[in-house]
Amino acid sequence: MKLILIFISAALINNFVLTYFLGICPFLGVSNKTENAVNMGLATTFVMTLTAAVTWPIYYYVLVPFNIPFLQYVAFIIIIAALVQFVEMYIKKASPSLYRALGIFLPLITTNCAVLGLALFMVMREYGFLESIVFGFATGVGFTLAMVMMSGIREELEFADIPRHFQGISITLIIAGMMALAFMGFAGLIRG
Amino acid sequence: MAGNSLFYEFKKGLWQEIPPFRLVLGTCPTLAVTNSAVNGIAMGLATLFVLLFANIIISALRKYVAMQVRIAAYVVIIALLVTVTDMFMAAMFPPISKALGPYIPLIIVNCIILGRAEAFAQKNPVVPSIADALGIGIGFTLSLATMGVIRELLGFGSIFNVKLLGEWFEPWIVMILPAGAFLVYGGLVAAVNWISSRKEAAAKAAAEA
Repeated sequence: MKLILIFISAALINNFVLTYFLGICPFLGVSNKTENAVNMGLATTFVMTLTAAVTWPIYYYVLVPFNIPFLQYVAFIIIIAALVQFVEMYIKKASPSLYRALGIFLPLITTNCAVLGLALFMVMREYGFLESIVFGFATGVGFTLAMVMMSGIREELEFADIPRHFQGISITLIIAGMMALAFMGFAGLIRG
Repeated sequence: MAGNSLFYEFKKGLWQEIPPFRLVLGTCPTLAVTNSAVNGIAMGLATLFVLLFANIIISALRKYVAMQVRIAAYVVIIALLVTVTDMFMAAMFPPISKALGPYIPLIIVNCIILGRAEAFAQKNPVVPSIADALGIGIGFTLSLATMGVIRELLGFGSIFNVKLLGEWFEPWIVMILPAGAFLVYGGLVAAVNWISSRKEAAAKAAAEA
């Protein structure tokens, strides 16, 4: 039950993009085509789940016993960078077609603050191992959802008549604001 | 001449390349911590500090770091600086540190810092790198302060926790919610576009006359 709550909370109610503002760079940068948005979302979800699964044991079995949790930022960012590199190498070898589809997006994930944010939130909220994995996956799902919705709106937007100064980033941000308002409606899903 | 170019490196961060509005970098903190003016400025100063020392260290080491591993090296340098900042803030300003929460460690992945390292510090000597970091950092702080002032004024009717608007003012709750951050940011980007297009038009008119 708790796992389901964590999933719904991370994917919808506390959507990383729309309530914590994490992962805004790819959200604005890669959301102009639905196809790209889906690929980026899937790659990020994969890395996030993996990050949760790797950073949790490292934090609780290496950093805490050696009494060096203050090194967590350095440790986490190195783990994430290494993970992304390994995932890239593995996909390149295992599935060249997927690699071509994701290609440029993979390295970008290292600097996606949602991934580091995920590891930090996981430690702050003291999730267990299984909870962390669910949390990582749900966060990825929420990120993908926001990306795909935004890209759908932006594809329609190309035909809209927007005032000149609002074109580009500005209108995208205002739409994101409206999406954030809409997502607030999910807050009623869970009480307390 | 040297003084002029130093001043240029400093000045470009304040308007021409003002980070959140022109380069659209560092968007996460711009949106997340600007629900009050104080938080915005604290975040801006923390980023300024990290940016300044990251630029100094990276530009001092630029001849010794191998090209292939430079990004990893930069990230480790930045992560260490952020750890220092985080501990300093937690010790000296506990309330602010609490309010900013996970967004201080997230300075590590603030694209502005890695962006300046890659675009400027690794190619330039230490002194211009300091000017660059100060300019961009102050531009970033000013942007966050502007966002914070607007949102705090409309959301609470106060600035720097001083009540400015009287009892008649009905606070716009939406401004302190996430949605308000996006709306204010979008509006400010449009405003910056508008001012600079007016400037360009004026420059063109002056050139033709």
